[in-house]
Amino acid sequence: MTPSAGLCEISLTVNGEKRTVRAHPMERLLDFLRHQLGLTGAKEGCGEGECGSCSVLLNGEAVTSCLIPILHADGATIVTIEGLASDSQLHPLQQAFLECGGAQCGICTPGLILAAAVLLNGNARPEMEDIKEGLGGNLCRCTGYAQICEAVARAAADSHENQPNESTR
Amino acid sequence: MNRVNTKPIVGMPVPRKEGRDKVTGRAQYVDDLSLPGMLYGATVRSTIPRGKIKNITFDTRISWAEFVIVSAKDIPGANCVALISDDQPCLAKEFVNHPEEPILLLAHANPHILPKAIAAIAIEYEPLPAIFTIEESEVQKQIIWGDDNIFKTYTIEKGDLDGVWSKADYIVEAEYTTGAQEQLYIENNGMIASFDRGPGVTVWGSMQCPYYVHKALMKLLNLPEDKVRVVQTETGGAFGGKEEYPSMIACHAALLAMKSGKPVKIIYDRTEDMAATTKRHPSRTRHRTAVTCDGKILGGEIEFVVDGGAYATLSSVVLSRGTIHAGGPYFWPNIRIRAKAVATNAPPHGAFRGFGAPQSLFAMERHMDRIAAKLGISPVEVRRRNFLKPGQTTTTEQKIREPINLDKLLDRALTLSDYEEKKKRFQLENKTSTRKRGIGLATFLHGAGFTGSGERYLASLVGVEGRADGRVRVLVSSTEFGQGTKTVLCQIAAEALALPYDFVDIAEADTKQVPNSGPTVASRTVMVVGKLVQSAAQGIRQTLTSAGYLRNSYSPEEFRAACAHYTSQHGELKSFSRYQPPPNILWDDEKYSGEAYAAYAWAVYVAEVTVDFRTYAISIDDFVALQEVGKVLHPVLARGQITGGVAQGIGFALYEKVAWRDGRMQNAQMTNYIMPTSADLPPIRVYFEELGNEHGAFGAKGIGELPIDGPAPAIVNAVEDALGISFNSIPLLPEDVFEAISARSRKEEDTPTLEGVR
Repeated sequence: MTPSAGLCEISLTVNGEKRTVRAHPMERLLDFLRHQLGLTGAKEGCGEGECGSCSVLLNGEAVTSCLIPILHADGATIVTIEGLASDSQLHPLQQAFLECGGAQCGICTPGLILAAAVLLNGNARPEMEDIKEGLGGNLCRCTGYAQICEAVARAAADSHENQPNESTR
Repeated sequence: MNRVNTKPIVGMPVPRKEGRDKVTGRAQYVDDLSLPGMLYGATVRSTIPRGKIKNITFDTRISWAEFVIVSAKDIPGANCVALISDDQPCLAKEFVNHPEEPILLLAHANPHILPKAIAAIAIEYEPLPAIFTIEESEVQKQIIWGDDNIFKTYTIEKGDLDGVWSKADYIVEAEYTTGAQEQLYIENNGMIASFDRGPGVTVWGSMQCPYYVHKALMKLLNLPEDKVRVVQTETGGAFGGKEEYPSMIACHAALLAMKSGKPVKIIYDRTEDMAATTKRHPSRTRHRTAVTCDGKILGGEIEFVVDGGAYATLSSVVLSRGTIHAGGPYFWPNIRIRAKAVATNAPPHGAFRGFGAPQSLFAMERHMDRIAAKLGISPVEVRRRNFLKPGQTTTTEQKIREPINLDKLLDRALTLSDYEEKKKRFQLENKTSTRKRGIGLATFLHGAGFTGSGERYLASLVGVEGRADGRVRVLVSSTEFGQGTKTVLCQIAAEALALPYDFVDIAEADTKQVPNSGPTVASRTVMVVGKLVQSAAQGIRQTLTSAGYLRNSYSPEEFRAACAHYTSQHGELKSFSRYQPPPNILWDDEKYSGEAYAAYAWAVYVAEVTVDFRTYAISIDDFVALQEVGKVLHPVLARGQITGGVAQGIGFALYEKVAWRDGRMQNAQMTNYIMPTSADLPPIRVYFEELGNEHGAFGAKGIGELPIDGPAPAIVNAVEDALGISFNSIPLLPEDVFEAISARSRKEEDTPTLEGVR
């Protein structure tokens, strides 16, 4: 094997930073993020797209990065858990997970928070059933999901409270 | 307690100590770490269930010189994974006894070429006949372990059982079975080891019990205590699944590191983790019970058998807990429990939350409903008539001293679940609906801490340190893997020292830094270790007050000043506390009788189900989990333990089936081993009663395992209520429901004069 054989140039934006890299086109996005960029927040739980713990946002959609070849991410905008909080301020979802007990062992937490972010982007006022459906692609073995779903509901409610023009609550 | 300027901490939902790292993705799990020059390790495993290794050949198309290769010959000490009986080899030398048994280890700088290398090693065997079921093991079709395939037996005898059968109005008999269950923590197992002649071996990884790993490494590598260091990294779930197997992986990584002189990382992928590491013991329980016509239990015989797999590992202790819980929360005037753990040629089964109790309690709680049906009384009533009361004794003749009132607990659960009204309504509605609904309950108990004399033998040691800057540090080997160990132990220390929660943190679970506070298992952390933390923290306070640095009542600032003063004068300020057995907790290992546990948690769970006659799927519509757990130290974490345990219990009952072929798991993937998702679960309504507990920190009892004991029987009881069909085995899948309904229809067609099978 020659290390540079078959490499291609990939340009992508990760957590707001534009990057151009050389990578094997079939390298998994998950490995690229973890090994080349040191963004270890996305975890490998199953390697077959079942558990969702490797979830990242690709052009605003939650994807299981263990199934995405890096070539597929050429030109894409990627957000990982590391890119969710701005400076030292936690994202409302992160804060709500912390307060509601949404994170126990924490291994599924980054993926679940990103999946929840996509959910709330599409539906700012989800019902509990919408949340349960929306997170159905992310497995958690610790919590039984109740406190995760409550965290998402609280984050949604908090973001409404923080919008002064809304008077629905 | 003299407290100035601080609010109570115990009982409050303080922030999880490591929570911020977890929600921001900064928490470092073993696979997130790497060391300079690190190699990647992999395991070459047996491909047959039992046989003699004849020859190993390496395909010459691979440049083997690039690889580090380790076999049993490279082991400097004893070739075993030290645990209880040390019968499990670290690497098979001559014989293999299950189809995932490690034989060789490989390491290379490029992890991607390891699978190809493993495939290029051909191992030739002389196969030996293997056995795969409890029945095959019992009839000694082959002797695969010891003289009789039996790892361990226990007998519990109370009263005069032989005298009861003639007095019985009814004798109710049945057999119940439960399947293997995979822990399915989302973080797979993994370890990194490094070796240096000076400091010795250091291992970092995902684990529950750093000192178990420490002990295994000392024995395998023939190294003294101070040349072995074990550090727990952030651990992504465990549930018992990281109690023993991490020792195996640590041993493997350490052997590769010693041979290569480089750090070596071994991370299992999901398939290897599911197939090769431990699962819940499959079980078979037979009940034969003598009852009066008004539903009083006169006595009974319980035979409890678990399949331990190929090596003894933890089977004897899993069996012990299952045996002691087999009689449930009922008063048995006469009982005989015979229990055994047997060998089969499957990978060893091991610890999984509940540790034998979910198996034997499934049988007990299904059997109570069977007794009720046979007598024509309600499942509620049959339980009421047999509940243990304070002053009565358990099957091991432990006198109940706690003021538990199971009748009241049951009443509250019935009200919360609207049990009686729903039961009536469903029976009416079911007559005309294709969606049959039912409601079922389970009442149960779970003992906290090691069984019998276990805590005495462990003699756990805990430290608390007051540092020069006034911060307090808890020193324990008890590990965090989601339950909230760090948070709750810090709450306890803060409360005991009347300091704000933020003043306290906890040392890394690193055997170089912390004493052996015992393994993080058996619902013992909050109760047993917590109590020691409380006492060690009080020791700090006492030292400071008796040396005159602190008054009885103080502010955090005064405490800070006192620590600074003390440490500048005397150096380190540390206080240690070792487990002292309470004088009234006595256990007879020979007779298997006495105080099995210092405290029990008690619970009533109610499940409401729908069985869809088009899909045969069972869905759970509502779930009430009511429990008495002593003092709740952290309401959010405690509730999280219960909902998580119930969810795993639902999986145990309805989804999670290990498909075996010749001792090997065939569905070792998340695509076809199904655990519940958020969309599958009902609202799990959690309620606590808090009676307190003199043996636990601030009145706490163990809580981690309890919630997995009740869901399976409550659900299967509810399915019986819905369908009128009694199921005795879990997991209960739609195909099983289909089969049973079809069988009933066939029977009805054959005998049209009978009205159903109820």
